[in-house]
Amino acid sequence: MPLMELKNVCTFYGNIQALRDISLSVEEGEIVTLIGANGAGKSTTLMSICGITSIRSGQILLDGEDISHLSPHKIVSRGLSQVPEGRRIFPQLTVLENLDMGAFLRDDKELVKIDLDEVFEIFPRLAERRNQPGGTLSGGEQQMLAISRALMARPRILLLDEPSLGLAPIIVHNIFEIIKRINTERKTTIFLVEQNANMALKIANKGYVLQNGVIKMADSAEKLLQNAEVRKAYLGL
Amino acid sequence: MTRKLVIKEVLASLVSMLWFSVLLFPFMVMKVNVASGVAQIRFRWAAMPVIAIAAFVLSFLWRRALIWNEHRGDKLSTSSPFALARAFIQKALSKKPVRRTSLLVLLALVAVYPYALGMYHTNIMITALIYVILALGLNIVVGLGGLLNLGYAAFFAFGAYTYGLLWKYAGPAFVSAGINTGWIFWIALPLAGIIAVIFGILLSLPVLRLRGDYLAIITLAFGEIVRMVLQNSSAVTGGATGISLIPRPWLFNLRLPPRQAATYIYYIVLILVIFTIFVVRRIEDSRVGRALEAMREDEIACEAMGIDLVRNKLATFALGAFWAGIAGVVLAAQTTYINPDSFTLWESIMVLMAIVIGGTGSIPGAIGGALILKLLPEYFRPLAQYRMLIYGIAMIIIIIFKPDGLIPRNRKKYTFVEKVAQDGKAEVQA
Repeated sequence: MPLMELKNVCTFYGNIQALRDISLSVEEGEIVTLIGANGAGKSTTLMSICGITSIRSGQILLDGEDISHLSPHKIVSRGLSQVPEGRRIFPQLTVLENLDMGAFLRDDKELVKIDLDEVFEIFPRLAERRNQPGGTLSGGEQQMLAISRALMARPRILLLDEPSLGLAPIIVHNIFEIIKRINTERKTTIFLVEQNANMALKIANKGYVLQNGVIKMADSAEKLLQNAEVRKAYLGL
Repeated sequence: MTRKLVIKEVLASLVSMLWFSVLLFPFMVMKVNVASGVAQIRFRWAAMPVIAIAAFVLSFLWRRALIWNEHRGDKLSTSSPFALARAFIQKALSKKPVRRTSLLVLLALVAVYPYALGMYHTNIMITALIYVILALGLNIVVGLGGLLNLGYAAFFAFGAYTYGLLWKYAGPAFVSAGINTGWIFWIALPLAGIIAVIFGILLSLPVLRLRGDYLAIITLAFGEIVRMVLQNSSAVTGGATGISLIPRPWLFNLRLPPRQAATYIYYIVLILVIFTIFVVRRIEDSRVGRALEAMREDEIACEAMGIDLVRNKLATFALGAFWAGIAGVVLAAQTTYINPDSFTLWESIMVLMAIVIGGTGSIPGAIGGALILKLLPEYFRPLAQYRMLIYGIAMIIIIIFKPDGLIPRNRKKYTFVEKVAQDGKAEVQA
């Protein structure tokens, strides 16, 4: 049974249909990526999964249980955590407080402490800056903070929305390496929404191509990287 | 500063001088006398140079001040006497014994206040302290939660009317049973808090999805609705006449003349203020408080973190309303008379101004702001007719030169001490 599954999901903004019959599945331990151009519906897919935008029809299953009509905080408490688009860290709270907010639903203080140390090990830069307000960090550091904050919930599946947004290529490279590391070391399943198709497909096991709210292609990441259409449209080759 | 700049400023000031002379001409120079149905205009030319010179000087000073304000952050002024004094105070306060002693001295001063200064000043101080409670309560909603609430006076009214109505309807029973009516105060105090909380939650239900301007308008309407209802349901609340002869609080069966009564209320409100500060500080340092701050910063990120926004907003309004309810009871006990006119939009705005002037989100700021806003006008009574003018000017000056407030929020700092433990492993204390 897949860890997360979307079945014929349709989402509307008013009269405008943003998602048309989206179906996809994510197995435990995988990195699955959803690529597509601007306005394809990538972020909407993610917001629909998280319950922030409500879906009109279809089903979203986590562990075989329907979560499509739960409120966002209940979904988070079931082990699904997201890194929202544009990072959205809390600028006036310190790095440490930001991370603490990530662990908001957890009561196991001891384990939170261990997770905090682990996060600081993955991102030593954040450890240096733990008492600085989040808004004073650079773009890359803020992305690291956003990822760490989501990790602090100790999710079983981590949803990332365009972690490469607005970052320098070298930092993007760095971030993707860390995403891969989180997947292999912490065994966290990752669902990655990206415009940077090249980078995303390189670390992913499986990929979906989204176009105008419809899933156009679904295949293993390697095959998608080889696919002529994908290469032309999304990789610029 | 270059000569060119000065000349430019002088020219600009001359322009504003001309502008003001023209603008004020009909008011200050022309005087119309109506004698036997004929309007006679008398020109007071002597006023003209006064206006011109005043306009020129003030305009020039204002320009200089704005330029100074723009550039004062340019260099780190560690050597100015002001900065030195601040550094000295900060250093002194960082030591625990100093902090403790100054706190004790402050407490002692506050405790002897009514005996040292008499009833007039005590009564003024009680009013000011009631505002301190209000400001601290609203600070949770506006400062921490970032929800602009312009109907705060409504909760204040709930508190006062809880006591008033309890007295009006349960008072006779107390009298016939031979129980001291002063007890009602102690029943009303927690009850008012609870009732305000219930109404706070009721108000927050319809405004859960609103933010910013929309929220401000809805809360403003709520405040006015409450006042109108209190004013027009005269059968229950006494309408515009209000409720009078509200008993003073019971204190060990003492029948007190007004002077001592004020002193006792002073101590009660003082204890309430200390209690409020204590609780609000705990809230601010707690996870709930931080969740409120997170909500102020970014609602979507909050949802992504699993913070229940609905519960958070309810909690914000409820916590804020609670203190207003408490303050309302004390107000009723102090004035022994309440009517809807004490709970107008103006009251809400006053409390909001206290927070903004003091520094949004800052506890010392809220206290300072409330004291300044309430005490200064009282002591400037001789200037009564210019009071609002001075008020307005002071407001503008503070907003321009101290936009963060007089005592801006100093977010709690966790010092980072890295010490090497015996086993050689670095240990981190936060």
